[in-house]
Parts: sequence; C-alpha cells; structure tokens
Amino acid sequence: MSVTGPRLQPTLFERSRPGRGGGKIPHPPKDALDRLPTEARRATPPALPEMNEPDVVRHYVNLSQLNFAVDTGFYPLGSCTMKFNPKLNEWAARLPGFAELHPLAPDEIAQGTLQLLWELEQALAEISGMRAVTLQPAAGAQGELTGILMIRAYHRERGDLGRDEVLVPDSSHGTNPATASMAGYRTITIPSAPDGGVDVDKFRAALGPRTAAVMITNPSTLGLFESRIGELLAAVHEAGALAYMDGANLNAILGRFKPGEAGFDVMHFNVHKTFSTPHGGGGPGAGPVGVGERLLPYLPTPRVLAQDDGTFRLERPDERPTSIGRMRSFVGNTGVLVRAYAYIRAHGGSGLREVSDDAVLAANYLKSRLADTFDLPYDRPCKHEFVASAATLKARTGVRTLDLAKRLIDFGFHPPTIYFPLIVDEGMLIEPTETESAETLDAFADALIAIAAEAESTPELVKTAPHTAPVKRLDEATAARQPNLRWRPMAGAATPCPD
Amino acid sequence: MLTALGLKSVDQLFADIPKELRASPLDLPEPEPELELAARLRDLAGRNRTDLVSFLGAGVYRHWSPPAVDQLLLRGEWYTAYTPYQPEVSQGTLQSIYEYESLLAELVDLDVVSASHYDGAAATAEAALMTCRATRRERVLVSRGVHPHYRATLRTYFGGGLELDEIPVVTDGEAAGTTDLAALEAMLAEPERPVAGVIAANPDFLGLLEPMPRIGELAHGAGALFVAVIEPVSLAVLAPPGAYGADIAAGEGQPLGIAPQYGGPYLGILASTDALVRQIPGRLVGMTTDLDGQRAFVMTLRAREQDIRRDKAASNICTNQALLALAASIYLATIGPHGLRDVAASGAARAAELEAGLAAIGIERLHPGAYLNEFAVHIADARLVHRRLIERGFLAGLVLADVEPDDPSLADGLLLCTTELTTSGDIARFVAAFGEVVAGRPPVGVEAGAGGSQPVGAGAAAGADGATVSTAGGTR
Repeated sequence: MSVTGPRLQPTLFERSRPGRGGGKIPHPPKDALDRLPTEARRATPPALPEMNEPDVVRHYVNLSQLNFAVDTGFYPLGSCTMKFNPKLNEWAARLPGFAELHPLAPDEIAQGTLQLLWELEQALAEISGMRAVTLQPAAGAQGELTGILMIRAYHRERGDLGRDEVLVPDSSHGTNPATASMAGYRTITIPSAPDGGVDVDKFRAALGPRTAAVMITNPSTLGLFESRIGELLAAVHEAGALAYMDGANLNAILGRFKPGEAGFDVMHFNVHKTFSTPHGGGGPGAGPVGVGERLLPYLPTPRVLAQDDGTFRLERPDERPTSIGRMRSFVGNTGVLVRAYAYIRAHGGSGLREVSDDAVLAANYLKSRLADTFDLPYDRPCKHEFVASAATLKARTGVRTLDLAKRLIDFGFHPPTIYFPLIVDEGMLIEPTETESAETLDAFADALIAIAAEAESTPELVKTAPHTAPVKRLDEATAARQPNLRWRPMAGAATPCPD
Repeated sequence: MLTALGLKSVDQLFADIPKELRASPLDLPEPEPELELAARLRDLAGRNRTDLVSFLGAGVYRHWSPPAVDQLLLRGEWYTAYTPYQPEVSQGTLQSIYEYESLLAELVDLDVVSASHYDGAAATAEAALMTCRATRRERVLVSRGVHPHYRATLRTYFGGGLELDEIPVVTDGEAAGTTDLAALEAMLAEPERPVAGVIAANPDFLGLLEPMPRIGELAHGAGALFVAVIEPVSLAVLAPPGAYGADIAAGEGQPLGIAPQYGGPYLGILASTDALVRQIPGRLVGMTTDLDGQRAFVMTLRAREQDIRRDKAASNICTNQALLALAASIYLATIGPHGLRDVAASGAARAAELEAGLAAIGIERLHPGAYLNEFAVHIADARLVHRRLIERGFLAGLVLADVEPDDPSLADGLLLCTTELTTSGDIARFVAAFGEVVAGRPPVGVEAGAGGSQPVGAGAAAGADGATVSTAGGTR
C-alpha cells in the first residue's frame, strides 16, 4: 500500500489533460488517410485520455498497490492453486525468439517453439496417462468445451445419436454444467454421497442410453480423492458413455494418479494452477486437453507433428477430417505454455511428485490446526485442499463465513474460496499449495483461530471487517440495479476525484 | 508437519487411492537447475527466426509497444493476483478492468464491454451465440471476408445444432473481395430460416474496407443483429461499430501493445449495446460505493456467469485474459488518442508506399477496393516467392492458399501488411528483393512440381525448397 497520500486513485479519464502525451510514434504524412473514402472514416476521434508517461506509470503502480497477490502474501483460494510463479518463466516467455514470433510464421522459422510445444504435449501426456494432448484451448473452461465436443463427435461418428445428457455431481465447478449446455447437452446433477464422494449408486441409476458423458473432478472440489472412481468408470463405459475428468485439482495427484491409466477418456489441465503460470488478475490461462484412444481422431486442429527428420510442423487445415476443428485462432496461448514447459522441466518427474506430496501435506497440516475451531464436514485425509465450515460458529455468534473471510484481510491474508462447493453450509475451501512455509501456514491458522475467538467476544468487529483495506464492503446491490459499466465524462462532475 | 500429523510417511496421505489405480512412475527428465534450464530455453528461442523484415499481419500485427507497458505488467501485484472475488483487496484490478471497459467503449462507440475473452475468434463465436440467445433464432450468417480461423472457430462452436452459413464475397469488379450484398439479401429473405445475426469484418481478412452501414441495414431489416469484427488500432481512424449501427463488436485486441507470441495470450474484445447487457458473456465490472460512500469498483451482473447460474449461464467462460486487457489499457493510456491515430495512419501511409513500389515492378493488387494497411497482391508461385524472400531476409506476408486452400480466387495471392514499424528503407529493399526473385523465378510449375525437377540455385538450399513445397506447403 502507498506509504503516504490517498490510496484510491482517480480514473485515467480524470487524470487526462488536453495536449498531454505524445512523442512515441513519428507523425505520418498529413495526407496519409486521404485515399480512404470519407464514409469509412471516423467522424470524431475517440475520447481516450491524454497523459504523460510519468502520470501513466504512477497511475498503474499506485493501482497495483491496491491489489492482494501471491507476490504480496498468502492466497489460499481453494480450487485456484495460487502457488508461487517462478520468475525464470516470465523471463523465458519474453525472450524475443518466443515473444516476437508471428503465429503464421512458416514452420521452418518456428522450429524452436514447435519443438517446445511438442515436448510439452509429450510431458502432459505422460503426467496424465493420456495418449495425446492438444495445447489449443485458451483456458480450462475452453478445454472442457473441447473435450465435450470431441465426445459429441465420437458418439455421432458411431451413429449413436440418442445421447443428449451429461451427468455432473452437485459439487462440480459451475463450468461443467455451463460447458454441457454450450455443447447442446442437458445437464443432470447427481447429489453427492454423505461422505462427500460421488454417489456411485446414484450415478449408476442415472446412466443409460441417453448419457453422453459424465464429468468428474478428481480429487473432488471438496479436496477428496474419489476412491470408488474405478467402479464408476466401469459403469460409465458399460453404459456406452465416456468419462471426462476436470483436471482443476491435478496439483494433488502428480505422480500418484494418472487419469488416463485409470480409464478416463479425456481431461483438461489448468496450467495456471498446476504448472505455475500466473493467474494475471483473472487470466490468461491455458487449458490443454489430453485424450485416450477413443477420442484421438477428434482432437482440434492444428496438431503439432514431429517428422522423421527431427523437424516439427503444424497440421494443414484439411489434413485430418475427423477433427472437431478449431477452438480459437492460431495454435494456442503459446506464451503461457512456454512458462508451463519451463516449470515442468525445472521440476522433472521426481520434483512434480514432490509438488503434490508437499501440497497435500500442507493442506492436511492446516486442516489439523483448524480441527478444534471449525466444523470439518468431511474429516478424513484430504488432498491438496479441504473444506471447513463455520456453521456451528454462526449458529452461536451470528458471524458468517463471509465475515471471517473479510476479517482475514485485516490479518494480512487473502480469504479462501467461500460458499463453494455449494453443498457445504458456510463453507470455506482452503488450498495452501506447496510453495508456502510452515511458518506461513501457522500464522494463517493462528489468525483464523483468533478471528473465531473475536466472533465470540466482539462479533461486531468481525461483521464489519475489513477495517484496514483501501475500501469497506461494497454496495453490490446498487452496482447491479443501476449498472455503471463505463466512464462517461458527465459522471465525473458528480463524483469527487480522490486526489 | 508429518510429525504434527502423527505420520511416518506422506504416502499415508495417499492411501485413499486404490492400489490398482496408482500411477506408474513419471517418465520425465530429471529436475533441471535454473542455469541449465535458462540455457535450454534460450537455445529453443534462438531456433526461431524473428530477425526477418516482416510484412506479415493476417490478424496479428506488430506494433511499437512502449516499454512502460511491459514493465508495469511485470509488477507482481498485477500478474500474481486472480479474479477479484474479494473487492476490498482487488481495487487495482477492478478499477483497471473498469477503465479497460471504458477505453474500449470509446474506441468501438458501444456501451458495454466485457472484461475480456480468449481471443478474437472466441469473442466472435460468443458474439454469434449472443445473437441466437437474444433473438431466439438459430441461424447466423458470416461473411467469407471474416478471418478463416474465426470462421473455423464459429463452425466448431455451432456444430451442436445451430446453423451457420457463409456469405460469399464479390468475385470481380470494384467490390471484389468484399461481402456480396445481393447474396446477403437473398440469404436474409428465407422466411422459414430466420437469421439471428450477421457477421462481417472491417477491415476484412484481405485488408479491404467493407460496406458496414449497408450490411447493418440489411441485417436489421430482417430482424437480425449485426456483429462487427474489428481491429482496434484501425478504430482511431475508421468509423466505429456504434457509428454504423452494429449491435455487437468483437475482435482481436493483440494490436494494442501485445507481442505476437506465436498465437497468444491475446485479448478477445467483446462489446455490445446496453440493450444486450444481460446477454453478454464474461465478467463485467461496475462503479459503486463502499459503506463509507467512497467510490469503488466491483464485479456485477454476476447472474450471467457459470459459477452462479451453472447450466443456465450465458457462457462457460471463467478464466479470461485480464492481464492482456490491462496491457491494452496501459498501451492506450501511454500512446494516447493522437498517438493511436498516428499508428493507424503510419501503417496506411507505408502500405500505399508498398503498393506503389510493387506496382512499379509489375506486381498488382488482387482487389481494387479501399484498404487501410493490408492488401493482397497477385503473384504466381506465391509459395516459392515467399520462400525465396525468407532466404533474403524478408517475411513476405501470408501465402493465402495456405489458409484458404479451397478458394481458387486466392490461389496466387500474398497478403501483405505494414505498420508504423515498417520503414521506407524496408519497403525499398523488399521491393528490390521481390523484383529479383520474380525475375529469377523459373517458369511456373517447374520448381513447385515433383521433387525430381531441377531447381534453380545452390543444390542444398534448392533441395530444401522442393521438400518445403511438398510437405510444409499449406501448413495452415
């Protein structure tokens, strides 16, 4: 946070003064645009801010300091795997040979990147036990859509046209049912078993000739390994359906469980979770997808191909007619994939297994530290994350999980994911990751225990938190009722400028 | 920690994985120390050639990105944060997204801009799906003037039952290469197949300016929505979508200060009128106040999103391209409105210079219409000429047959682009090299034919040529 001065910042538009800026680009000839038809021209220039570079830099540096980030503190946001982002990877992605390469550059001048992508595909296939991998999807959700579209193509090609349902457990990420809808399927939601796992019997009852796919997150969004997954996969295949694995929680099982070996037909990777590529304030990510034998023909195009002479090339547009086609332009979020490649190389096979060992150990340790203070609805060894609940505390004190989360901010921590999965009352999903020290885990546990004590002694203090953040809790209702989604010069008159 | 948990080995924490499902050992290389890994990465990067003088655009454009952009982006507070679920400790990201929405709204002259999508192709696909939701119709028309990758992406997204038809482009005359308005009118007039949306790009894939107002009128006349695919730098000088009645704008934000990076991460721009705000997918940030009445920013209208609405959501998008939206904002703030105009006008000025230079050696444009900074030329043996120019240090744009193999009108075409990074010297040298290559070229068909033919030039290099033409030709 700023050492002195106002913490909130005026907008770029309020900082703008006529005539400022310039000096970046040589002026073109005055008649440069005369050859364009008048009706194609812009009548009035866009009202973009006019600023000098020092003002721009201060604006963004000061704004950045209003953010909590992995680089500033502990960020145990469950299901998001907020691990440290190694700085070598940022350096690598900015090497001019990677950064300046045009995506339509001919293969013969793109051999370095093509080799890197090919090697990354092989590594991800090995990690997942899948036959092959596409790196094209831009994020996990697009990976899900890629997988479900391949499943659709598989059923169609077999003439199996009656399958219009996708089964998901009620603990799934919202992206799973949303993906099924985008692909034209009906979502059937299956309640979880009392122990938090998928209810194999309920799944079995729902499976049938209309089932196209089941989508399973393993470990589940409760941080629990689905021990009956083998049984479930057998039932899925017996019903003629295919099994999709949401790989969001892969950080728990590297070197311990390979979804492809276990019988999953397709899965996506979130490289911004498992493989340390930065979350970027919301993105970018990359969502590679691995497939087993059945879905191999349907992978998106273009694939990266290794040739006999040791060189690499991209598939031609019409080379593989069984492909579902393109999910996006060009090859993929290559700059993100360079970072993931560097991470996998840095750790190697043994290091990746240690990543999961340490992530799981950290989660179990933190869980044990909180066992006396909060409800643990599923009290068995967790994987890389666990759900704690403040239901009992709330019943006694009126303090909600939301309040605890906001109060954690005053203690210098980012709150965990709250109220997800939806099936846990007053839940908080805590994922420490492997890159945090024991001291940090202890400090976080101490803070949560102290806040629980405050909930008993001074509940108002907790209910009105945060007290030290740049802003108090926000008026979200008005934001939704009267949306103000863009700056308009007139709005400035009514809104005082913070500086 | 093991001791605190009363465990002997971490293996005990994995006992819930059934024995028969436990993984085989990871067959991956050993861990690599940072120094060696850095050398490996430097070596791989060095095997790409980025030293060529480039005339390649085709949807991705090289521009001067002021160093302030990347230096600010490298602050950990930006790139190691995540989605601003906790607004009290995310005001930086939230305000920056609100500013991005505002900056882009100015550029496209529409009301609502989403916090970002994956890229121009995915944003266009989402725009198409929006038109179907908003009109409750199931057929979308896309001009063949739209980037082939975008059209391919649309086909993938529409494979589930929605209909997608391509509007042809005019084949000859003054309007050659632009959307065929008569064909569009006929396609819109099929009463049993009502159209949800019409999609056209300006400039189009071939760099040509499209009759956007007229396309919009035709679409609206049939009760369809109009989606404009835009290139954001051009909007400093070209009429924005809001000015010609587009309901939705979609496009690739990469030209706003983002490096080519062999395909991404880029920035999918998606914008709409206020009327469509409940249909737009992706995050939206709005201005509000906190309990003390201080101005603040927050994610809003969340009932459109997958984590709230699950299977009823407007899209499955979760992770987006927030950091690239930030890059675009910093770029626009640094370069300013006059700078952006200069960027667009410089590209246009250089393109006219290139057109004149090539015309002087007998290389003519493929289409007569107006263009901004990119145009196609007619050249027989385009692949071979392209290859020869690489040997001379030039990336001679895009071989159109590589991306549009089924379009005979583009069989002998190269798509060339200039930006403010192109110098007059580059153009003069490129034209000279082009002339030499064309003059020294063997008769059509000799070299590009069977591998056994006798190529020109030194043995080894020419041999590689033969292989290139037969295997890598049309690699996209």
